[in-house]
Amino acid sequence: METFLGIDYPTLWFLVVGGLFSGYAILDGFDFGAGAWHLFFKKEQSRRIALNAVGPVWDGNEVWLVIGGGALFAGFPVMYATLFSSLYVPFMLFLVFIIFRAIAIEFRGKEAMLWWRRLWDVCYSVSSIMLAFLLGVVMGNVLQGIAIGPDYQYAGAGFFELLNPYALMTGITTLSLFMAHGAIYLLLKTEGRLFAKLTYLLKKGMIFFMVSFAITSLYTLLYIPHLSDDFKSNPWLFAIPVLTFMSIANVPRLASKRNYKMAFLFSSLTVSLLMVLVAVELYPNLLFSTLDPEYSLDIYEAASSDKSLGIMLLFVLIGGPLVLGYTFFVYRTFRGKVQLDDHSY
Amino acid sequence: MDTEILARIQFAFTIAFHYIYPPLSIGIGLLMVFFESIYIRTKKEQYHILAKFWTKIFALTFGIGVVTGIVMEFEFGTNWATYSRYVGDVFGSALAAEGIFAFALESGFLGVLLFGWNRVKPWVHLVSTIGVFLGSMFSAIWIVVANSWQQTPAGYHIVGEGLNARAEITDFWAMVFNPSSVERIIHVWLGAFLAGAFLILSVHAYYILKGRYVAISKKAFKITLVVATITSLAQLVAGHASADGVAKNQPAKLAALEGHFEKEAPADLYLFGWVDKESQEVSGLAIPGGLSFLIDQDFETPVTGLNAFPEDERPSQINAVFQFYHLMIAIGMFLIALSLYACYLLWRKELFNKRWLLWVFVFTALLPQIANQVGWFAAEMGRQPWVVYGLLRTDEAFSQAVSANQILFSLILFMAVYSLLFVLFVYLLNKKIKHGPYEEAQDDDDNRPLTKEISQAVTG
Repeated sequence: METFLGIDYPTLWFLVVGGLFSGYAILDGFDFGAGAWHLFFKKEQSRRIALNAVGPVWDGNEVWLVIGGGALFAGFPVMYATLFSSLYVPFMLFLVFIIFRAIAIEFRGKEAMLWWRRLWDVCYSVSSIMLAFLLGVVMGNVLQGIAIGPDYQYAGAGFFELLNPYALMTGITTLSLFMAHGAIYLLLKTEGRLFAKLTYLLKKGMIFFMVSFAITSLYTLLYIPHLSDDFKSNPWLFAIPVLTFMSIANVPRLASKRNYKMAFLFSSLTVSLLMVLVAVELYPNLLFSTLDPEYSLDIYEAASSDKSLGIMLLFVLIGGPLVLGYTFFVYRTFRGKVQLDDHSY
Repeated sequence: MDTEILARIQFAFTIAFHYIYPPLSIGIGLLMVFFESIYIRTKKEQYHILAKFWTKIFALTFGIGVVTGIVMEFEFGTNWATYSRYVGDVFGSALAAEGIFAFALESGFLGVLLFGWNRVKPWVHLVSTIGVFLGSMFSAIWIVVANSWQQTPAGYHIVGEGLNARAEITDFWAMVFNPSSVERIIHVWLGAFLAGAFLILSVHAYYILKGRYVAISKKAFKITLVVATITSLAQLVAGHASADGVAKNQPAKLAALEGHFEKEAPADLYLFGWVDKESQEVSGLAIPGGLSFLIDQDFETPVTGLNAFPEDERPSQINAVFQFYHLMIAIGMFLIALSLYACYLLWRKELFNKRWLLWVFVFTALLPQIANQVGWFAAEMGRQPWVVYGLLRTDEAFSQAVSANQILFSLILFMAVYSLLFVLFVYLLNKKIKHGPYEEAQDDDDNRPLTKEISQAVTG
């Protein structure tokens, strides 16, 4: 097996995919979260400001999904095929909601009638909530494992089996995480009464997240042994959940000091630490079979050949700096306070 | 209906819808680069205005292209799991290259292209426009490479058996330059240029007819007409090269495209016709031996016909493939004739007086779109019953774990949400066209009254 810096190629690609999905969760996480709060704002003015706060960034954030999905397909085609065909209905709903949300954002401002705006407000908010929830449902099923039979074929009962209690809980936890994350983002972008309301909503959001996260963690420790195995054999790995808890605790502390920039940074860090936690719990598995561990899928079974992974890793080495270079250029161009001109949303 | 056919309908529907947009983005992108370059060389404000106007329409087509593109990517995994396992190793590097070299380039520079007009120096903005345009061209390369590999696989070996069999890459460059990729990439690019150019011609012809923005529209029309003429002529060459490639690499597909049944006989070239699969006859207008001549420059050269292949290794919808292919060619010929005639009138300085011709241009925007669609239908249906030519059959490639009802459910959802998306597209396009190229008339832009407040809110 080929290695680079002593790490084998499938593991390296696992890190690449993990990094991309963390980036995606941080970015689309705050705009789904902001959308989830939308109906809590009562005034037309507040809703427009909240919508325009994510206006210029939401489609750029979704690019991460395309690239993350592509990386999973490219590096772990067996995982991609098995996961996506097993969770057919959740993924299809996800696609429909993601398009529907884009339509709601675009349509909302085009007519001035109250009922028109209310209608698209509801569509925008409901689809944001559903998207965050569905991402959590997928994550819950991946963590818990699904009914994979021989030849990587799903052999379970379908959609309602996928909505099991654990997946529902991870769905709600993800929603609450994104809502807290989104509230902090909105706090950075608003002022006045809306800002005051958001400080209040953020508190609720943090409590909502901490309660659901505590329940999910407890359930994971008690009922899903294959996830905590790695921790029992390598106690030093407990550093990761400890860091995660510290990062979570830091968010309300910074928020109460009104240091929302740092709070957003730590909220983002929390999202990525949770992804690290998931990665450590899974590795080297990708998808656990609830029918028979024989049918489980690990990164080596799921991966493309070393030849293929080697080419892709080379692309990342060449292309990564290029991407960073022009990302830097773009951010430099738009540095500083937001300036609105004729070309703004 | 069974799972296979529903999965195919869903894929065909979502890809056909998706394929309205990326070609428009590529074609409009090319003209944006031209308009902006001319502005920088001549410093004439009119070209600046044209570049800005078409950038706004580009933003619309690009946005819809992205959201409908996510659907395509997901569908490989959800509906075509066996296919994804089979080709993942080979496609992996092509996909990774697209993500890193093309898609990131496009979406990175898009921000500067759309919002950076007043922020960066004009030449920096031009570099961004070129970056986005090249990114969209690169995207097309990798997608067409992947599809061409399905038509003419190369640079791989097969590992494993049965459901676990898959193709693994052995030679990256052989995969990229598989026998059909170069000619098909060029064919697709030119099709995209035509889609964009004829939309631009359509809008500016409309303005001239309505007496609005006439001076600027004439300038835009002339430049775009030159691009359209060169491209439509080049497409004739590229299309012929592509058909030559099909004759060499996919004889069963060529036979279906041309409605040629006999095993080994000189083949006629039909200008139009109707294929009866049962009686194996084509009724229509043909040049005797024409196909043989096109392939080998000899009217007597035998061409392999459909009967040389077992019934289950050749396309079943022969008439449909034949009609799609011939419609594409007919449209290509019409575009050549139309643009050459318009060039002639332009040279005689009569073009902008011929109102009927300008009206023809208004509606011609639809034709390259139709040609792009039916061209792909012919290419993909002509490859059947294979999803990877000669290696993996379509009826083995779909997801075994997904039921027909689930696909029916998602198909209905997609039809509903895409209808809404299409309404939105037409509405916004119409609004932008009505609004015109000039900024001053921008009072119907919804966001304007709020600008100050949002600005305070955002910067506060």
